Order: sequence, then C-alpha cells, then structure tokens
Amino acid sequence: MKGPTLGGIRSVVKKEFREIRRDSRSLGFMIFLPAFLLLMFGFALTLDVKHIALAVVDGDGSQASRELVDQFSTTEYFDLKAVLPMTTAIDPLMAREDIGAALVIPPRFAEDLLAGRSPSVQVLLDGSNAMTGATAGGYIAAILQTYSQKITLETLARRGLGGLAAPVAAEVRVWYNPELRSSNFLIPGLIAFILMVIVTISTASSIVREKERGTMDQLRISSLGSPDLIIGKMIPYALISLGSAHLVLLLSQVLFGVGIKGSYPLLLLAMVLFVCGALGQGLFISSITRTQQVAFLLALLTSMLPTFILSGFIFPVRNMPAVVQAITYFVPARYFLAALRAIVLKDAGLAAVWPQILFLAAFALLALGGSAARMGRGEKEPRPRRGRARA
Amino acid sequence: MKAILSIVHKEFLQLRRDRRLFPLLFLSPILQLLLLGYAANLDVRNIPAVVCDQDGSAASREFIAGFLNSGYFSVRARVGRLEAIDAYLDRGLASTAFVIPRGFGDDLAGGRPGKVMIIADGVESQTATIGVNYSTMIAKRYAQRLLLERLERVQGRGGIRPVQVDARVRVWYNPELKSRNFMIPGVLGLILMVMTIALASMGIVREKEAGTMEQLIVTPIRPHQLIVGKLLPFVLIGLVEAAFVLAVAAFWFVVPVRGSLGLILLACLAFMLNTLGFGLLISTISRTQQQAIFTAIFFIMPMILLGGFVIPIESMPPFFQAVSRAIPTRYFFTMIRGLMIRGAGWPEIWDQMLPLAALGAFVLSLSIARFRKKLD
Repeated sequence: MKGPTLGGIRSVVKKEFREIRRDSRSLGFMIFLPAFLLLMFGFALTLDVKHIALAVVDGDGSQASRELVDQFSTTEYFDLKAVLPMTTAIDPLMAREDIGAALVIPPRFAEDLLAGRSPSVQVLLDGSNAMTGATAGGYIAAILQTYSQKITLETLARRGLGGLAAPVAAEVRVWYNPELRSSNFLIPGLIAFILMVIVTISTASSIVREKERGTMDQLRISSLGSPDLIIGKMIPYALISLGSAHLVLLLSQVLFGVGIKGSYPLLLLAMVLFVCGALGQGLFISSITRTQQVAFLLALLTSMLPTFILSGFIFPVRNMPAVVQAITYFVPARYFLAALRAIVLKDAGLAAVWPQILFLAAFALLALGGSAARMGRGEKEPRPRRGRARA
Repeated sequence: MKAILSIVHKEFLQLRRDRRLFPLLFLSPILQLLLLGYAANLDVRNIPAVVCDQDGSAASREFIAGFLNSGYFSVRARVGRLEAIDAYLDRGLASTAFVIPRGFGDDLAGGRPGKVMIIADGVESQTATIGVNYSTMIAKRYAQRLLLERLERVQGRGGIRPVQVDARVRVWYNPELKSRNFMIPGVLGLILMVMTIALASMGIVREKEAGTMEQLIVTPIRPHQLIVGKLLPFVLIGLVEAAFVLAVAAFWFVVPVRGSLGLILLACLAFMLNTLGFGLLISTISRTQQQAIFTAIFFIMPMILLGGFVIPIESMPPFFQAVSRAIPTRYFFTMIRGLMIRGAGWPEIWDQMLPLAALGAFVLSLSIARFRKKLD
C-alpha cells in the first residue's frame, strides 16, 4: 500500500464535494439542521420547570390560608389552575394531567398558626415525570419554609420581640449561569451532538454508498491509493461539520447571548480532535457494513444514542449506576462536552481541561488508526456471501 | 391479496439479504432501553459540594451538618481559603459550595445574624435549581431552630414558638420519583418511530436507487397492493419490537404496565399510521438513501424534542405548545405514559387517540397520493 499523496487526496476531495453539491438537500441539512435545532433548543426547549398547574383545596378559608396560596401563585413556578371544594375532586384532574400539583390546607389552619402549633398542609404531586415532580417538591419545600419564617417573624414583631429576627442570612450565588437558563447548559451539548451525528453518519454512508453501487471498486482500481481515498472522503465532512458548529456558536452568541468566555484556539482544538474521533468511528462503521441501511442504523446507535444519553448532555453522569458510568469513559462526547462547557461557560483554560483534551486525542488516534488498519485489510475482503450474488 | 403477500415476502427476503440488519433491528431497541433505563436519571441526590468553613466553630459545624444529612449534598472536599473553591467549580468536581465566614459562631452567640454564602454552579441549571431550593430551605430551617432556642432562653418554655408549616407530600403514580418510569414508555415510542421511519423511507428509496422500482411498476401489481405490501412488513417489525420493549420494560425494569394491552396496541397502531406515512413521504421526496437519512433525521428530531420525550411540553412557550399539537409523538407519549404509569383507560386517552389517528390518516393518505403520482 502506498502512502497518501496530495494530488490523490485533492482529487477525491473534489469528487466528494461535487457529489455533495449535486445533492444540495443533504448539504442543506448538514448546515441548517444544526441551526434549526439550536433555535428549538434556544426558544422552545427548556429544562426549567415553571408554571406548574396547581389546584388548591382550601379547607380553612381564612386570611392566613389565602396568604399561603398567594405565596404559591405569585411565583412563576406555580399557576393556580383550580380551587376545589374537596380533595376527591383532585383525582380526575391529576389523572387527566390538567394539574401537576395540589395543595390541601386543612381546617383550623389559621387557628393552629396563631396558637403557635405548627400545622401541616398536604401536598400531592404528579410523579409520572420524575424531574418535574422533584423540582416541584423542592419549590414547595422552599416556599413553605419562607412562609413559616415570615409568620414567625410577624408574630415576634407583634409581641415586641423583633430584635430576635432572622438569626441566619444565607446569601445564594449562582455562578457561570446566574439566571439558571437551561439553554446555556444545552447548547454545548447540541454542538457535540451535531458534530458527532453529521460526521459519523455522513462519513459512514458516503463510503458504504460507493460499496453498494459498486463504484468503490472503480475507485480502487484507479491510480488512487487507499489512504488517499479515505482521507479525501473524510475532509469534506470534517470541514462541513466544523463550519456548521461555528454557525451554531455564532447563532447562540447573537440570539441567546451565550458567548465563548474561554479561549477560542482551545475550543477549536477540542472540536477538531472530537471531529477526528467521529470520522474514525464513521470509517470503522463503513468498513464493517455493506448496505447503507445497516450503516445508518449502526451509526445512529453508536453516535446519536451515546451522545444523547451517556455524555451528560441532559442526564448527569454522576447519577448513573457504576457500570453505566464505566461505559461513559469510552464515550468521547462525555469529554468533549465537559471541555466545551468548561471553555464556553466557565472560561476554563488548558490547566482545567487537559484531561479531556488528552482523552479526545487518544480516542481520535484509536478510532482513525483502528479503522485505517481495518480498511487496509478489508481491501481483499468484499466477497459475495455464500455465492449469493446481488440481484 | 396474493399479490400483497408476495410483495411482503419479497420485502422480507430483501431485509434478510444483509445479515447484519435483523440482529441490529432487535439489538438496538434493547441497547436503547438498557441505556435509557439505567442512565437517564435526573434525580437530584448527592450533589457534590465543597465546604469552606473558615469559622470552625461548633455552630458552623452544626450548620453544615444540616446540609450533609439532608441527602441532597455530599462533601467532595473541605477547603480553608475562599479562592480554593474556584478550582472545584471550574473543573466540575463540585457543583455547590458552602461558605461559612469567620465569626459566624460569635455572631450567633452575640444575637447578631450570622452570614453564610451558598454558591451553586448554574451550568447544570436543573440540578442547580433544586439544589438552591433545598439549601435555602435547610438554611431557613436551621434559623428557625435557633430562633426557638433563643425564644426559650428569653421567655422560658410555653411562650411563643416559631411556627413550622410542614408539607406531607404524597407523590402519585410514581411514588419514588424514578426517572425510569417516565423515560421508558417514551423509549417505546422512540424506537417505534426511528425504526419504522428509517426502514420504510430507506427501503423504498433503495429500490429507486437500484432501479428495481421500475421493474415492480411494470408487473401487474396494482399501486395500492404495492404500497400495502411494502408497508406491512414494517408494521409487523414495529409491533414485534414494541412487544419486545414492553416485555423488557415490565419484567426487567419493573416499570408498571397498568393500562390495558389492547389499548396499548391500538395506540401503537395509530402511531405507526403516522410514522409509516412519514417514511413513505420521505421516500417520495428523496432520490438517494443519504438524502432519505437526512430527511428522516430532520423529521425525527423535532418529533422527539417537541413531542415531550424529555422536556415537558407544559414548560414550552405557548407558540411551541401550539406547534406541538401537529406533532404525532406528543399524543403518543402522553397516551403511552398514561396507559403504562397512570393506568389510564379509554375515557382518559380518547382525546389523544383521535387526533393521533386523524393526523396519521392525513399523513398517510397524503404520502400515498404522492407515491401513486410517482408510480403513474
């Protein structure tokens, strides 16, 4: 096998670009799908749990109970949807998902408060979406605590004991993302997702396509060496996906104000390494499949799914059971995402992200080297199986 | 009928041609299910925290203990200097920091308000929101207890007591708030959708690409027979996969399947009207398999994201909530979650089933019309 030649690579790149251009829709998707996803993530998709529909059963009907209800309905977390006469009315509303939480205030609530007995209220939560349920539980706990403190301080002030007020002042500060907007959290994940999916799927399918049509053999018997072919096939997709990632970065800066806080060269390094790994993965898939259908399913399974689930895109890695956490060590998106979030949102330098960069480099080497080795061997392999020729 | 069967037979033969396809068709749902079942966990527990206790008094230790015993936080490191916190948060080694400045204990003993600072890493906004809520609550609870002690000192027992309104929280349908119970029914929809859209669109386009479509057209098979024969295998594969996923969900993950299997089947069928319709539609507007792949992803992504697979529709802005009404996954996800987790019956799901079936009928007839036009 001869080594790669510049002329050979250039002619394959040209051919591939021509093929991509001819299929303008695929090119459009590679560039605009990411932008489209960004718009959805920026405008529509948020993990912030707000405006939970709340039903109230006020068994007391006192000023104190109304005040408590106000504590809920004046926040943006809860919207008062229904005031119900009795608890049995809650059931059907919750079953139909009309409400996500219900607050039941017992009779004599105000009386108990005045007497200094600590009354309890009942809270019903729809747990079928665990995330919303848990968040709602947190809000409710915090609101009740604030209310309790307020009542206590009012009572003390009335009795002239105001000097005792509020023994602890907790100042809460949120770093990096002070408004707690989930788009800041999701956008780096989106970039990883885009790079991984576009690169892996398009590399795999563009090579398998030639195999399926039988044009791979034509290319092979031409004067091109196999490294030329492989490198030439990869370069266009690497360039397109990097371009598309930059478009996402630009749009997220312009539209959502998610600017790059850290160093751009470092970010670029992380992206290039990640893309190399994804290219290697795509190549590897193409070397073990014969039809585009299988290549597509395999690429989907090994790129989209781990990037979505095992990288910390949405689900925190530390919540996973140990075995699954062990698997995530082999998912490059995990490292890429950590590096990306640190660089973009936290202004972290090489000192903070070098382990991630190192791993990305290792994965890129492994994936590219492994698939190059397989492709090299695979030359002699395209045997028709058990004599059954293609129809 | 015989013509249809022969097409179905041909389709299966063709699917079997690539020996890697069938294992993949069944391996991938299992993998997805296992991964999502185990990994998709948004529960907020043991948030890694750094403690910076500059006071080192009994009061500060007691205050910190309140956080650590709550189960929401676990200590990763204790640091002496405030600046040392940066490294932990920057690298993501901790997502919360508790800072107790010097003099906290003295302030409390002297009746002055003690100041503390709680720092949260806002990048993981979901965890941070819950973490901030709970730390506020825990801090206030501690304050309340101190107040009680002081009151007792001032006026002895039996005077005014600080009130504490407690919530007795009952969680319905999913009392342990397991993310799994929310995610797995969604996975059923995800798998059905991805498999049927991908298989149907690519299968038909492949025939166009290979030029065998013309051969089929010149045979005496009528267009509707061809369409039914082409789509039927995917319906069967989809149903087998759905049954498979349901079995793994129920027996391995012990996700409740409270509703009736008949209704679940009906929901799957109504859903597949949509996905096969989209698959067929994609095949009519794509020339190559690569185009079909990208078009399929283009359809699938919004269906996953705007359909409420992970992100609840209620938290979307009104415009996108309206858009999601045109998205079949929305109805399917709501229905399948209702059927499995809430034990919903026909009265609770009919208003989801009807729009889903209507959408499906619309998409499918649109794509059939386009497909026939291409054939003629």
